[in-house]
Amino acid sequence: MNTLIYILKKEFRQIFRDPAILRMIFMMPAMQLLILPFAADYEIKNINVGIIDHDHSDYSRLLISKIEHSNYFELAAYSQSRAEGLKWVEDNKADILIEIPKNFEKTLIRENSATLALSANAVNGTKGNLGAAYALNVINEFNKNIRAEWLVLPRMNPEPIIQIDYINKFNKLSNYQHFMVPGILAILLTMVGGFLSALNIVKEKEIGTIEQLNVTPIKKYQFILGKLIPFWLMGFIILTIGLIVSYVVHGIVPGPNIGNLYLFTGIYVFAILGFGLLISNFTSTQQQAMMVAFFFMLIFILLSGLFTSIESMPAWAQTLAWINPVTYMVDVMRKILLKGAELIDIWPHIKTMIIFGILLNGLAIWTYRKQAL
Amino acid sequence: MSEQLSITASQLTKRFGDFYAVDHISFDVRKGEIFGFLGANGAGKTTAMRMLTGLSVPTSGTATVAGFDVYTQSEEIKKKIGYMSQKFSLYQDLKVAENIEFFGGIYGLSKSRLKEASEKLLHTLGFEHEAQAIVGSLPLGWKQKLAFSIAIMHEPAIVFLDEPTGGVDPITRRQFWNMIYEAADKGITIFVTTHYMDEAEYCNRVAIMVDGKIEALDQPKVLKQTFHAPNMEDVFYQLARKAKRSDG
Amino acid sequence: MISIQHINKSYGKKGEIPALQDISLDVKKGEVFGLIGPDGAGKTTLFRILTTLILPDSGSASVAGFDIITQYKDIRRCVGYMPGKFSLYQDLSVEENLSFYATIFDTTVEANYHLIKDIYDQLAPFKTRRAGALSGGMKQKLALCCALIHKPTVLFLDEPTTGVDVVSRKEFWAMLDKLKKDGITIFVSTPYMDEASLCDRIALIQNGSILSIDTPSGLIQNFKYPVFGVRTDNMTTALKQLSQQPGMQNIFPFGEYMHIIDERSTLSVEQISRFLSEHQHQNIDVQQIKPEVEDVFIQLMKENNSQ
Repeated sequence: MNTLIYILKKEFRQIFRDPAILRMIFMMPAMQLLILPFAADYEIKNINVGIIDHDHSDYSRLLISKIEHSNYFELAAYSQSRAEGLKWVEDNKADILIEIPKNFEKTLIRENSATLALSANAVNGTKGNLGAAYALNVINEFNKNIRAEWLVLPRMNPEPIIQIDYINKFNKLSNYQHFMVPGILAILLTMVGGFLSALNIVKEKEIGTIEQLNVTPIKKYQFILGKLIPFWLMGFIILTIGLIVSYVVHGIVPGPNIGNLYLFTGIYVFAILGFGLLISNFTSTQQQAMMVAFFFMLIFILLSGLFTSIESMPAWAQTLAWINPVTYMVDVMRKILLKGAELIDIWPHIKTMIIFGILLNGLAIWTYRKQAL
Repeated sequence: MSEQLSITASQLTKRFGDFYAVDHISFDVRKGEIFGFLGANGAGKTTAMRMLTGLSVPTSGTATVAGFDVYTQSEEIKKKIGYMSQKFSLYQDLKVAENIEFFGGIYGLSKSRLKEASEKLLHTLGFEHEAQAIVGSLPLGWKQKLAFSIAIMHEPAIVFLDEPTGGVDPITRRQFWNMIYEAADKGITIFVTTHYMDEAEYCNRVAIMVDGKIEALDQPKVLKQTFHAPNMEDVFYQLARKAKRSDG
Repeated sequence: MISIQHINKSYGKKGEIPALQDISLDVKKGEVFGLIGPDGAGKTTLFRILTTLILPDSGSASVAGFDIITQYKDIRRCVGYMPGKFSLYQDLSVEENLSFYATIFDTTVEANYHLIKDIYDQLAPFKTRRAGALSGGMKQKLALCCALIHKPTVLFLDEPTTGVDVVSRKEFWAMLDKLKKDGITIFVSTPYMDEASLCDRIALIQNGSILSIDTPSGLIQNFKYPVFGVRTDNMTTALKQLSQQPGMQNIFPFGEYMHIIDERSTLSVEQISRFLSEHQHQNIDVQQIKPEVEDVFIQLMKENNSQ
């Protein structure tokens, strides 16, 4: 036990004496949370929409004005011919096309349903996809409003009910920042747990002090704990800084279930540290460790549902996404920060993450060699 | 028996594929002896030392260090030995006092003993004013003296020194050997490798490794007589010149 | 061939760490000039200045008649440099390394093969092996070949023998001797004092200052103090006892013997022998000896430190 304290003392001294690590801990979360959500947000707000209206009815105009008034769309062009519309897409003037068929209003009133054609420009996939998703939402709102109008017609004062529904949904869309911030926080935790811990251990290998430690009576578990605990604690520091920044800058109020977030983060960073340790076991220079970590980090981020929704991935990719620990952290982070999820809501994820933790750390400890064969 | 002998090795071998890095070597080191371990680059010195310090498992043969078996009791051995290599003994980004505290701590020195040992160490080295200096900022010779003092702070039975004086100035090099003598006087066994042949003369006995085998092992005086050589450098040269694989 | 005048260089933000202080020396054509001193003496800094990798803070120098500041391009074309750290591509083979260095100097391996033939013959069996997998001695030979392939007029070797065993060191110096016969000027640094005698002239350097420049024999002949070699059966005790005697504090182990540098010139063989036999030493051997370069270095270093 005493040995562990001496090791921890040394680790903390080294960490706090390394300006690069300090910058990484304190500046990185602040900078990323300040810049990334806005940068990502900017692009999505200016989706150019082209509308081809074959109907020219009240409802079609109502729909068009709804689209125009939402914050995301710029009405790029308005036409009556399909060919012209496709031309806009070709020229990159429009990201999505909404085609309102003839007799839209009539069918809507008569058959209680109508068909719209929505085409997205897949060249800038994110913009097109998100645009399409937003447009769908606006159309759904429109749809619901109409239905609500019809349904509540006999009753009095229906507006508030509809409004509330509308606002809720709308907010969820409008705050793309709210969507990004938790995800970025999750990635930051992953970087610190996976990257920094791996680099730290490999650094000892590179300068050779690990040899010196290997001839001392330090036990395997003491060495590993001595390396993991500081970075585990650092995870909480990063989370806290991140939450403060997202409250001050993005107005995200963590809510009453914030304790759950710290609980899950604790388990998550533990699992990810095992991953970092595993990387360090199989690399001998910081450069190698960096490359390996970077490779995995890219896959982790792309398959985590941070930028693209997991539901829209092909089945095989969805399977991969759910064996990616980062996915769970992103999901839990969003659930707690945006929905205020209860412990019971994230319970399945907690169980999965504990299994991840045991697997990754078990593998790491098993492959760590104090003695060369 | 084990009270008299610090290290015993019998037919100790390390094989990598079909390459015998260390090829059936046998030797004993007595308690309190300064044992020099010489060899050309690639002769197998480092591999042999790694097996004795428990960093590497032998392929075959037997060896004991401080009475413990290198196969089964490597953790026991680690409590009984000190180790210092030329390049990487101390944490360059920690202060002198912090290095002392860390290494003393992991060898299980009690708080009071650590404090006492630390003060004594700094005093002996004349480092009282440098206790708060970052190790990386010290001259090489100072670092090496500090590293050696730390390696013997927990009073090990044996200390392994891997080229401890490489590149150090001639005066510091001699001060360093004075420290080695003092440690040996206290009963600590010294196992040392070096490229300075004059330092081979300071050893009680010297083993010379060529191509993974020990080709000569005796007191410097006897070796010089046997090889009709004026000094140890010549003894070494006669033996190592025959090496076939120094360039493999 | 090399001329250095009053070179100064310091490191650190405010130049608070002096690396070289007022260095001046000249190296003649075809000479093997040794720069001898421990780690941190400033050897590598001087090498880097002369090979135009860094600029001095003040002072001037020329190599092969070219100024190190204004004509650095000409210098780079005509010098060969073997840095202290193994500087070849570990992942390229022996052959590939060599032809790479030939190519960057716009020449071919064949063109100057006669220069490296003797050395390369020893490497030839391993020519397809990656440089990283060579032993220390072989790496050093390959590095020398690469530094020679463009037929330099001046060869800079920064600690070529550090960490290399005695056998390889001897071979290496034999190679340098051959190169010298080919008319190449060699500027070499080493921490091993015993290699000094293999140079035509040497400069002893410590803490960024030159202590002395002379031929190895001149250095020894000009040494002011008598030196005694002492040997008994119990060296450790003898060393302790002698070092407590007046006029004998300057005693250092030197391999088989201890050397006493007699700063006051008051000691005699009889006096030391008598002292040792009074203290029950056996097999006493005391003689006045010719000092070694290392004796000179130790004495100069002491005097320099006490100033």
